[in-house]
Amino acid sequence: MTDAVVAEGLVKRYGDVTALDELSLSVPEGTVLGLLGPNGAGKTTTVRVLTTLLRPDAGRAEVAGVDVLARPREVRRRIGLSGQYAAVDEYLTGYENLDMVGRLYHLGRRRSADRARELLERFRLDRAADRPVKTYSGGMRRRLDLAGALVADPQVLFLDEPTTGLDPRSRQDMWQVIADLVAGGTTLLLTTQYLEEADRLANRIVVIDTGRVIAEGTADELKDRLGGERLEVVIADGARLDEVRSVLALVGAGEVSVAVRARRLSVAVNGGTGALVDALRRFDEMGVVVQDVGLHRPTLDDVFLTLTGHAAEAPGDDDEDADDDGVPAGKDRSGRQEARA
Amino acid sequence: MSAFSALGDGAVVAKRNLIKIKRVPDLLVFTTLQPIMFVLLFAFVFGGSIQVPGVNYREFLMAGIFAQTVVFGATLTGTGLADDMHKGIIDRFRSLPMSRSAVLVGRTFSDVLNNVIVIVVMSLTGLVVGWRIHTSVPEALAGFALLLLFSYAFSWVMAFVGLLVPTVEVVNNAAFIVLFPLTFAASTFVPLESLPSVLQRFAEWNPVTTLSEACRALFGNVPSDPSLRNNSEAWSIQHPALYTMLWAVAILAVFVPLATRQYLRAASR
Repeated sequence: MTDAVVAEGLVKRYGDVTALDELSLSVPEGTVLGLLGPNGAGKTTTVRVLTTLLRPDAGRAEVAGVDVLARPREVRRRIGLSGQYAAVDEYLTGYENLDMVGRLYHLGRRRSADRARELLERFRLDRAADRPVKTYSGGMRRRLDLAGALVADPQVLFLDEPTTGLDPRSRQDMWQVIADLVAGGTTLLLTTQYLEEADRLANRIVVIDTGRVIAEGTADELKDRLGGERLEVVIADGARLDEVRSVLALVGAGEVSVAVRARRLSVAVNGGTGALVDALRRFDEMGVVVQDVGLHRPTLDDVFLTLTGHAAEAPGDDDEDADDDGVPAGKDRSGRQEARA
Repeated sequence: MSAFSALGDGAVVAKRNLIKIKRVPDLLVFTTLQPIMFVLLFAFVFGGSIQVPGVNYREFLMAGIFAQTVVFGATLTGTGLADDMHKGIIDRFRSLPMSRSAVLVGRTFSDVLNNVIVIVVMSLTGLVVGWRIHTSVPEALAGFALLLLFSYAFSWVMAFVGLLVPTVEVVNNAAFIVLFPLTFAASTFVPLESLPSVLQRFAEWNPVTTLSEACRALFGNVPSDPSLRNNSEAWSIQHPALYTMLWAVAILAVFVPLATRQYLRAASR
């Protein structure tokens, strides 16, 4: 299978901050790659390089078989980009936005108009088609932005945090839309902060942090590395943390992490509910009062704790390349602009 | 192909900007109200105290206000682009296989159309307060064309500024700091001779002065008695239209490439 996207040794620095540090990845044709990482990990920077918006300091990249640095315009003909900031014009109607994009892809008057109507219908925006985007909800704007990326039937699609800032219902909705696209065989590179999102949409996942690839594999492979599910317990009496920790060490399969003030302990488990029942029985025998207990799938935090030893927080808001800041949809990019200045 | 697609893509972008004027009419209302206010304030507040030998002050005033308004009007280009940067629309444009200069070509073109509307409204206001054109139609049209040419050139300066400092507020403040001295240290509102001598030297070579003077001549708003006319011997004042055109061409030669480069750069930070 040929690779639709190839990046090799991408480096991008902003002064002292290294946004991309020898980053390499590839996306085979017809597959979905999830680029997973916390704020400021370099996800957006990677997308900006691959979509010709940003020139890297070093490295090379190819999209749809075309060299990104040597023939950016050829690349632009073959790609669609939808960013986390819903870059649609709010004074234009949904139809006018898509028609404009079609014209700028040089589809011609008739085809641009037909394509705009077709996409509006497909993304259930036909009833709002002739209303200014100003009146759209956050979810509708995202769908319109995604439609804008699809106008020219791109060979490769880039979606930068397509659901960041959306409410849960709009997120489910957006996932369905993207899943349908993917089922149609579109090659997709998707960035996200949510493991669940990558899990649901991507064939393969690349985890990045501080501009470097730190893990790579299918969702299942990554979860296995994390030791599958985690058992989490909150106990009533803070004085018994140590006893509970030793019980969890026995039941679980890995290091027990303890949040002292929250009286919360967690550990990776392999046995699923069996481990949960086992732990609860032991607590009962010891007379430990449990306030909350649960098994949960690994979260991005867990991935990061395991892979990097630090939590998946933004490395700092003063980061010059605060490129992945989670500004909610519909809001402007002031956070980003200030970070740039 | 490149020049052709720059125009074609530019037209698509210009159409988008014009739709915005239609959807947010307040914008046009306020950009036209301001010059109307200026005409009325200067005509009625200062009109009585400023004496221009040999010509009615209101007649003298209009060309100056036209010049000031179109120069300030160019700010729209800067704020519009800063706004697009801010909202990420420039990123979308840059990911499309469109001409590199289309966004700027389209923006500056739609701002010229905006200026045409403003000039029409101001002309009508001027006519109401007693301004008249005393020359021929071609001369009057040449005057309006010169105003539009100069403002078009100035739009490219503002495009550069707007892309350099991508927040609307900074564009506005920066523009005011430059444009107020430029439009007031000139013969826009008072005759050259009334300025103190150092300022007069500056004003003589200030293109806003020559734009005003050229329009006055083309509209026939100058004293009929030649001895009462401007006696400055500066070359710029002797050939105001030519001098203003040279400025416009020079500004375009410098700022079109500068703004285009900044467009590619600013968006790729």
